[in-house]
Amino acid sequence: MSAMTIRRKAFIVGAYEHPRREIPDLSVAEIQAEVALAALADAGLRPSDVDAYFCDSDAPGVGALSMAEYLGLRCRYIDTTETGGASYLSHVGHAAAAIALGKCQVALCVMGGRPRSLRQASGPDLSGAPETPYETPWGITDTVHNYALAAMRHMHEFGTTSRQLAEVKVAASLHARHNPNAFLRTPVTVDDVVNSPMISDPLHRLDCCVMTDGGGAVVIASAEVARRLSRRSVAVLGHGEAAKGTGNGRPDVTYTAAVWSGPAAFAEAGVTPADIDYASIYDSFTITALMALEDLGFCEKGKGGSFVQDGALLAPHGRLPMNTDGGGLCNNQPDNRGGMARMIEAVRQLRGEAAAPVQVPDCRLAVVHGSGGRLATRSSAATLILGREDA
Amino acid sequence: MREEQLLLSRCESCATVIWYPRPFCPRCGGRDVMRFPASGEATVYTYTVVRKARGEYRDRTPYVVAYVELAEGPRVLTNIIDCDPAEVHIGQPVTLTFDTPSDGPGLYRFRPST
Repeated sequence: MSAMTIRRKAFIVGAYEHPRREIPDLSVAEIQAEVALAALADAGLRPSDVDAYFCDSDAPGVGALSMAEYLGLRCRYIDTTETGGASYLSHVGHAAAAIALGKCQVALCVMGGRPRSLRQASGPDLSGAPETPYETPWGITDTVHNYALAAMRHMHEFGTTSRQLAEVKVAASLHARHNPNAFLRTPVTVDDVVNSPMISDPLHRLDCCVMTDGGGAVVIASAEVARRLSRRSVAVLGHGEAAKGTGNGRPDVTYTAAVWSGPAAFAEAGVTPADIDYASIYDSFTITALMALEDLGFCEKGKGGSFVQDGALLAPHGRLPMNTDGGGLCNNQPDNRGGMARMIEAVRQLRGEAAAPVQVPDCRLAVVHGSGGRLATRSSAATLILGREDA
Repeated sequence: MREEQLLLSRCESCATVIWYPRPFCPRCGGRDVMRFPASGEATVYTYTVVRKARGEYRDRTPYVVAYVELAEGPRVLTNIIDCDPAEVHIGQPVTLTFDTPSDGPGLYRFRPST
């Protein structure tokens, strides 16, 4: 059993989130190079130490080939898994597995883009997808329309309310006050959220994440490499990932692929949701995070609405401090993909380097959960359990 | 002339109604697939009233996007039309209809059943 796990076989030794949220003056390649080099510097490593490259379809050109050459890397392991905003969490899981097998020692995982400057949505070209003729002609022109279908059914089945969803945004905004780089730093109330313009019932403008330029990178290394670095590292303890489709046209939109990725990650780490000190949860919309909390087992299915009330998500002393950087709802959703930014805040928490007012005391165990695609049709999930060096 | 039918597919091997249409069965892998017209009766599984949209839909708001569950089983994405968006609700019986060509691209849509 112990041979068949990534538990404590790999460590996040470097991390960097681009400080800017609007970057009209740099190319995507330049943004990705900035965060890649800064993450290596954070680790105390050089480009020549890297032997594996991980990126998704936001890498320009021929993905990993173009960027590895641009950065001057010589790689013996390459992974370009594309699962939308969850990609980077999968990359870390895959990197840990490759490191555990001895296929590489230092993996660089990079993302970045600038949808804000380009004023356009980003992501894979759907024009050739087999489902496209059966999904796009009816006016689902934005991702929010799809997620709204899931939110409406969740409300119908479980009695979830707009005011409960708003609690997710309120907590994010209170955290973002302490993040000087956050795109939105003004606290909002539940009333502010439910009185903001309705975009697609039942989701309001303030139920939606920010659209930002930016990027981020992490460096994952073997125990042998991590040991000789002076910087505090974060152990990869467990990983799970999954994809959920419509199931031959019979979608149940009230749950996500987290019902599979979560248990796999917790089992590999040998911990349970009750052991978690801090959570970074994908929050492209308030409903995204609320459903993930349920599906990861932080509360009973359908009880997410009551779970997030009463300041449960607030650092440092809430029941489950979540997204202390301000999340995608307030801080950053670079390239419309939040997985990397969420993961980097979990690294900060486990290193004890989060903003002082939101640092979770004695933070030993964190969950990072990402999703990608669209909840009401087909979506991905990836879950990581990360631990403090000594956890 | 377009035929005003919503065509479904059924697997001849395992009798599964397939959605969206494809030349094989995603349940059993069978390649013997027969097409047949939907009855046109459905109920609303979930919906949203779109109030902000892009492209050709930008000036059509508010409009209703819904998953409707067909009598044959599949849940299909569509619009609910010919009613006040505020009247749409989950569980509502709806019936298949088609746009007239001057009114749009001739898509299958649904309206409240009478």
